[in-house]
Amino acid sequence: MEHIELFFKSIFIDNMVFATFLGMCSYLAVSKKVATAVGLGAAVIFVLAITVPLNWLLDQYILKEGALVWLGEEYASYDLSFLSFIMFIATIATMVQLVEIVVEKFSPSLYNSLGIFLPLIAVNCAILGGSLFMQSRDIATLGLAFNYGVSSGIGWFLAILTIAAIREKIRYSNVPPALRGLGITFIITGLMAIGFMSFGGMLTGGDEPEVTKGTVVQEGDKEVSQVEQSVEDKQTLNITKVNE
Amino acid sequence: MALLSKKDTKLITDPFADNNPITIQVLGICSALAITAELKASIVMAVSVLFVLGVGNVVISLMRNIIPSKIRIIVQLVVVAALVIIVDQVLKAFAYELSKTLSVFVGLIITNCIIMGRFEAFALGNGPWRAFLDGIGNAAGYGIILIIVGFFRELLGSGTLLGFPVLGNPIPGELTGLYALGYENNGFMLLSPMALIVIGIIIWIQRSRNKDLIED
Repeated sequence: MEHIELFFKSIFIDNMVFATFLGMCSYLAVSKKVATAVGLGAAVIFVLAITVPLNWLLDQYILKEGALVWLGEEYASYDLSFLSFIMFIATIATMVQLVEIVVEKFSPSLYNSLGIFLPLIAVNCAILGGSLFMQSRDIATLGLAFNYGVSSGIGWFLAILTIAAIREKIRYSNVPPALRGLGITFIITGLMAIGFMSFGGMLTGGDEPEVTKGTVVQEGDKEVSQVEQSVEDKQTLNITKVNE
Repeated sequence: MALLSKKDTKLITDPFADNNPITIQVLGICSALAITAELKASIVMAVSVLFVLGVGNVVISLMRNIIPSKIRIIVQLVVVAALVIIVDQVLKAFAYELSKTLSVFVGLIITNCIIMGRFEAFALGNGPWRAFLDGIGNAAGYGIILIIVGFFRELLGSGTLLGFPVLGNPIPGELTGLYALGYENNGFMLLSPMALIVIGIIIWIQRSRNKDLIED
């Protein structure tokens, strides 16, 4: 149950692109064609599934306060968590290199489709963000960490696939010249993020503030002031979540 | 100006408009969106990136001849990560509340594409002084968008600037200022999707003013 909950939560509610804006740069740069978007999305799932559990182990057994206790009693008071950025990014960069080498050796066809994206991924904020959120949300077990990696990867995949499909279609529409390309992509992503917010009530059983939000999206500006209160509630909720 | 030649000045001023990192080069969007609900957080983020990019560009530029090109990504990441740890520790020591609000996004400066982008595109091929100017210019161009977005989101969303109420008193019963005329805060501006739409509008305005930037 815990696993299923985390799975859907990471894909829909805490979607990397729409809720936390991670990996935006590659999301905007590589979403011009569906085929390349699928390649990058798959690579992200792959790398997240490897690095998040690995960084979880690092965090639990080296970085956390008291994590070094397995070395002996006198190490129990060490707290190396200030090193987590450099450790995480080093793991990610080396893993990406390693994965690239292994994939090239054993599966040339996979390498041809993923290969060019792998170097891009080391600097994709979604990957480091996955590890940092894993740390700040106190994911409890290795299994959950793996689940979190895979499912947030799938969420990212879903997002880039949708925007790529929309961008392929929008080429035939008459967009104001100044908005073409980047501008309209930003606005579409914003609208999609508003849509994704309606998933917010999915796991809480649909509390009232969450439910009203669905109507905001469909009925437009007139409704905004009426449900403003509930929106603010959600905002404070979000803030408390971050603070935790 | 004796200190800065014409070319050097261009390095600093270009990123403000015609080569802005966010609206033109599409770099560093992630953090630009997530933390701009308050003006204060935007300013702190802008200053942090200014520090990291300015110093990082100089360091990479000094080492540019001794970094083997095959492992340059890892070397760059280590340099940025070290600088970001400094920023993070300073924030935790002197502005603890704020560092809680920024949460993981301070750490995400490491993978902010602006930084890697400038290292790759500029610091690896230019001397320290020019790299420093380029870093400062780009970070400032980034910061200015962050501050514009933060300004509008905080003003329209909660009616405050840097935490001070500027549009009057919104408490029912003792309404003053604009609120007495029936104005209401648009809480929607505080939600994250609006950051995307605000940046979309900035891009729209910028490209309508400068037709050369329009994509086909």
